[in-house]
Amino acid sequence: MNAPLTSPTRRMFLATGGALVVSFALRPTASYAQGAKPPQPKLPGSLGKAPYLDAWIGIGGDGTVTVFTGKAELGQGIKTALLQCAAEELDVDPKTVTIVTADTERTANEGYTAGSHSMQDSGTAILNAAAQVRGILIELAATRLNLPAEQLQAKTGAVIANDGRSVAYKDLVTGEALHRVASAQSPLKNVKDFKIIGTPMHRVDIPGKVTGAPMYVQDMRPEGMLHARVVRPPNYGAELVAVDIASVEKLPGVIKVVRDGSFLAVAAQGEFQAIEAMNMLASIAQWRKVAQLPDQGTIHQFLTRLPSQDQVIANKGDPSQQGAHLLRASYTRPYLSHGSIGPSCALALMKGDKLTVWTHSQGVYPLRNSLADMLHMKPEQVHCIQVEGSGCYGHNAADDAAADAALIARAVPGRPIRVQWMREQEHGWEPFGSAMISNVSGAIDDQGRIVAWNYEVWSNTHSTRPGGPAGNLLAAQYLAQPFQPPEPKEIPMPEGGGDRNAIPIYAIPNERVVDHFIPQMPLRVSALRALGAYLNIFAIESFMDELAEAAKADPVDFRLKHLDDPRARDVVTKAAREFGWNKDKLPRGQGRGFAFARYKNLAAYCAIAVEVSVERETGVVRLGRVVAAVDSGQAVNPDGIRNQIEGAIVQSASWTLYEAVTFDRNEVTSVDWSRYPILRFPQAPESIAVHVINRPGEKFLGTGEAGQGPAAAAIANAIADATGARLRDLPLSADRIKQAIGV
Amino acid sequence: MLGRTLLGLAIALILAFGAFFAWQWRGELAPTSTSAHAFDPGIVTKGAQLAAIGECAVCHTRAGGKSFAGGFPVQTPFGVVYGTNITPDRDTGIGAWSEEAFRRAMREGVARDGTHLYPAFPYDHFTKLTDGDISALYAFLMTRAPVAQANRQPQLDFPLNFRIFAAGWQLLFLTKGPYRNDPSQNATWNRGAYLVEGVGHCGACHTPRNALGAERPKEAFGGGVSEGWNAPALNASSPAPVPWTADQLTAYLKTGFADQHGIASGPMHPVVANLAKASDADVRAIATYVASFIGPRNAADRQRQTEASLAFAKQRAVSVSDLARTTTGVAPADDRTAGGVLFAGACANCHRSGGGLPASRPIALALSTPVNSSDPTNLLRIIADGIHPAPGKSGPIMPGFSGALTDPQIVALADYVRAHYSRGQAWPNIAATLAAIRSNPTPAMEAP
Amino acid sequence: MTVLNVNGKQHEVDADPRTPLLYVLRNDLALNAAKFGCGLGQCGACTVLVDHNPVFSCVTPIAALEGRYIRTVEDLGSADKPGPVQRAFIEEQAAQCGYCIPGMMMRAQALLEKNAAPSDAQIREAMAPNLCRCGTQMRILRAVHRAAKLMTVELNEPREVKG
Ligand code: FES
Ligand code: FES
Repeated sequence: MNAPLTSPTRRMFLATGGALVVSFALRPTASYAQGAKPPQPKLPGSLGKAPYLDAWIGIGGDGTVTVFTGKAELGQGIKTALLQCAAEELDVDPKTVTIVTADTERTANEGYTAGSHSMQDSGTAILNAAAQVRGILIELAATRLNLPAEQLQAKTGAVIANDGRSVAYKDLVTGEALHRVASAQSPLKNVKDFKIIGTPMHRVDIPGKVTGAPMYVQDMRPEGMLHARVVRPPNYGAELVAVDIASVEKLPGVIKVVRDGSFLAVAAQGEFQAIEAMNMLASIAQWRKVAQLPDQGTIHQFLTRLPSQDQVIANKGDPSQQGAHLLRASYTRPYLSHGSIGPSCALALMKGDKLTVWTHSQGVYPLRNSLADMLHMKPEQVHCIQVEGSGCYGHNAADDAAADAALIARAVPGRPIRVQWMREQEHGWEPFGSAMISNVSGAIDDQGRIVAWNYEVWSNTHSTRPGGPAGNLLAAQYLAQPFQPPEPKEIPMPEGGGDRNAIPIYAIPNERVVDHFIPQMPLRVSALRALGAYLNIFAIESFMDELAEAAKADPVDFRLKHLDDPRARDVVTKAAREFGWNKDKLPRGQGRGFAFARYKNLAAYCAIAVEVSVERETGVVRLGRVVAAVDSGQAVNPDGIRNQIEGAIVQSASWTLYEAVTFDRNEVTSVDWSRYPILRFPQAPESIAVHVINRPGEKFLGTGEAGQGPAAAAIANAIADATGARLRDLPLSADRIKQAIGV
Repeated sequence: MLGRTLLGLAIALILAFGAFFAWQWRGELAPTSTSAHAFDPGIVTKGAQLAAIGECAVCHTRAGGKSFAGGFPVQTPFGVVYGTNITPDRDTGIGAWSEEAFRRAMREGVARDGTHLYPAFPYDHFTKLTDGDISALYAFLMTRAPVAQANRQPQLDFPLNFRIFAAGWQLLFLTKGPYRNDPSQNATWNRGAYLVEGVGHCGACHTPRNALGAERPKEAFGGGVSEGWNAPALNASSPAPVPWTADQLTAYLKTGFADQHGIASGPMHPVVANLAKASDADVRAIATYVASFIGPRNAADRQRQTEASLAFAKQRAVSVSDLARTTTGVAPADDRTAGGVLFAGACANCHRSGGGLPASRPIALALSTPVNSSDPTNLLRIIADGIHPAPGKSGPIMPGFSGALTDPQIVALADYVRAHYSRGQAWPNIAATLAAIRSNPTPAMEAP
Repeated sequence: MTVLNVNGKQHEVDADPRTPLLYVLRNDLALNAAKFGCGLGQCGACTVLVDHNPVFSCVTPIAALEGRYIRTVEDLGSADKPGPVQRAFIEEQAAQCGYCIPGMMMRAQALLEKNAAPSDAQIREAMAPNLCRCGTQMRILRAVHRAAKLMTVELNEPREVKG
């Protein structure tokens, strides 16, 4: 499942073939899934979810080490980092280790691959499991060589005795040697002895990706596969009134047109044939439109007027204090598109009463439950295998494509069905990142200290992921017997959803923070990288600069003045020093900006400094040098961390400067790259330097979403520095900047 | 006898030349003592709007360069003239120009130092501006960020590289003096006429020029050329299938798109990008004036032509339901021609009607002006280079097909499009036109 | 039957001549590198070389391609024998999800065949038609610079000319 596969068919075979063996290791987890408590005391990371060691680590008769993770490779390089954890504690060459990612019959149920959790959950589990396996191997060798364990050590795939004798791992593990429940304590290595963890390692997936190996679910082409396309309604909720299926089934290559209520799809021999049949169906289908969308121009007022569930998430001292200066500001973000470069894709095969689905979903177990519900099957009858897709950055249409494939596969049993969405479908139907509004007021005293802080944020949900009932699967809502989407719920603190990072990390004596959760969704929304933290950090870090200005303080000094956490201070200082931050005024039209956040206030620390120039006549922004410092705890693959932060900065720059989902009263109109422009090469920053602060022995904090918020605020602060104009509504488009500058 | 006549003739010539020389002589105007000017912000704003309508930034900004710092190559039949630096930089820009010097340049085409300016700088239009508007433009330019960027010398063929010829040109073709209202027309029309004939200098591209590069007054708006593109006729001979209305023109000039005509591309792209900054009233006025002479004059003819064109477009709209009826998919049955097949594979995916979510919503090709012009230049340029919105801006994207298609294939495609989407007769000269374009490439246009 | 010269091999393709090259490469010839991104000529994920020009294979019908020289990432090298552009992308670790990368590599290859030592600005301009959503742009730029160096090193070795 991991290394470049020579043939997709082989992958399919493996995927189903390997299953039996490991499901044995997973058996106990089923009962936990049904509510029983995992054994106490609590096991590290995700071990509690699958406490048997062989659910995580396998050693084959040939000595090959296999690592099993319930997390998915999304392009974030997780496979490589997890391999490094296992190889380190097992003392084997990471290149010899293979890894199996999320698979409902082979790996633990680790829920979703989201929230920058993979290293905390899976990394911790694998690190400990590997250490415990090493312990077992040494025990076994001790008996084998009858020597005290103290005289033995693991080295490159074997246990070696001081007297020079050695036994290879493969000769030690027989039968169920590793089928043991993990213990709470692991014989972890001393971090000083780490050779693999903390050392940059080339990602295992890149060679295949740059040589055309079939790495993606889009590349699978099993025997007898049919290409399918779905015809989406013209807008939200439209009902299919009539369509002349027969005329399309006559087209060359068409095998079957599938209709179930308002779900309409076609399966054909050839991909282009499927596309032309889809176009044909789309042009002859008659729909009844029902949905009306709100006016885009006033969407934020519209949202704040909707009923909301309000929650005070922070309340200390007397936030009503006025201080020496009192400032108020309001910040907004539009709906944002995940905009994966490759539209979502899935394969499905219905064989007898068993459905197998190959998907780039972020959560194969939750998806399995929802698919089973939609198809009225038992979860055990549905096998979901994660295969990499195009980068997703959150809950895009991956699960919906899986549902489409499943429905078509049910109608064409025995044939593998490959569905890929069209660009317009991905842009028009994916769940967007919610539009948001936040109001903030802050008071500073005459020492330039923040004495009071009030913050309110309004948002739709940031998760309509599948999991339980089928209602969150797009297709399920359009079937003849439709499934209703479940009532959305706010993600609880401390992680939070719309209120993620809404509580300032700074030392403020009096503060009040309110989260207004708006259940009603005029546009389909769900998780987009960083969730609410993108707006909340943009707002808080922009406002910190506004307060600093009022206090006549340097933005970096001002932040440090309000930061107690030494790791936070280190990151801020590091970024400022490496950037060469100073106080001298830049020439008109040029500016520098700084921002900092600790993701979720409990994960990675990230500070970013940016320099920009703004063309006064046009408002066009050019990004100059960008310098970031990040502390993700124990760094496993430092280059992986740099890659993630670089990516987060560029993606966030694109969101921040250019992006907004557009819609009229009927439908989403930003349905391709011509109407949803994103950053292209000429607009990329001049340079990005990422400095990783490694914290050997500290907890893994994750990295994936740490850069999004700080990058946005740093850019906004730099634009304010360059133009004297403070922009608070995203995107900070050239037109808005020009307007703010005036003539 | 004869000798005397010759002598007389010679004397007459010398006198005439002397008189001309004296006439054309302009002194240098003193530099301003300082570049620090105070202007009423209201005046500056007014200037900004006029500068937008005048498209100053287009010819006075080179690709990727600083606004108004010059360097943009203006192609003329006699060679290349480069837009000059009009930022208030004292040494390389117009920082040392008094308002008097600026007014003289606008009215008479003479620089501060007394040299005559080539008419690529359209003072034959700017001369029509009111004093108030010239002051506003001066105020706007003088409050820009100064940029030190030396001007590029024009590259003109001998003998035009001698500035005195510019003076001669002015003697022949420059009628100085502000625009005069036409009392028989309403205020909007007159405002539009003032903007179009004056600061907007639309005729500079849309009016054919004579051998000496002057607009032919008798053929006003009869169609011209700009940067290797055809600037379509805006008078009775406008090639637009559906006659333009003031509403369609307003939409087009304000947003770059009119649903019965299509999008602004080529050199018109930056023009509409600038007009977005102009006031709605002024754009409406421009549209009103142009609408008063574009297309068929008589209402019945306009009505007839509109209905006929829309009907034809409807009939020719690429409909995917043709799939059912033909073996060739999106292209109708008669089009197994090379061009028809290329169209079906390369174009129809976007240029089809009906079905699913809106794609980039290209207009019906049968309504497109390039397809219906008498000459294939603009269509060929669009097929070859595509259409690209300004970086980070929303706008139609069309990939250029040079490289994907060979020139003969592009020719076949253009021929097919013409035959299929226009009622005009086939273009005789597509291959030759494409060859000419290849010998004079212009980069795909992007807004400033 | 349409005869296509892909990566130096002749292929008889039994597909409607209107079919865009992308689908033929992926499904008929099992060449996975070129990807479907938009099918509209807007993103570059499908970029291949035709007669040395970077081309959007998603909007190029095979009818246009008989007798022309088509190249894909598979022609640049293999996992065991990566070519200079591939090596550069590996050495710079220039991928996140990697979905856009084959298109990027082909556009880079086209640029470097025309201009052996492009400036950063020239690279950015040449790469502008290709989108990357993961934000790998900085690494891709580094990879193209590195590929330029690797290629000039190899310039001494005679490059075989096909098509
Ligand atoms: S897939 Fe061809 S350009 Fe996007
Ligand atoms: S690496 Fe993911 S789209 Fe470029």
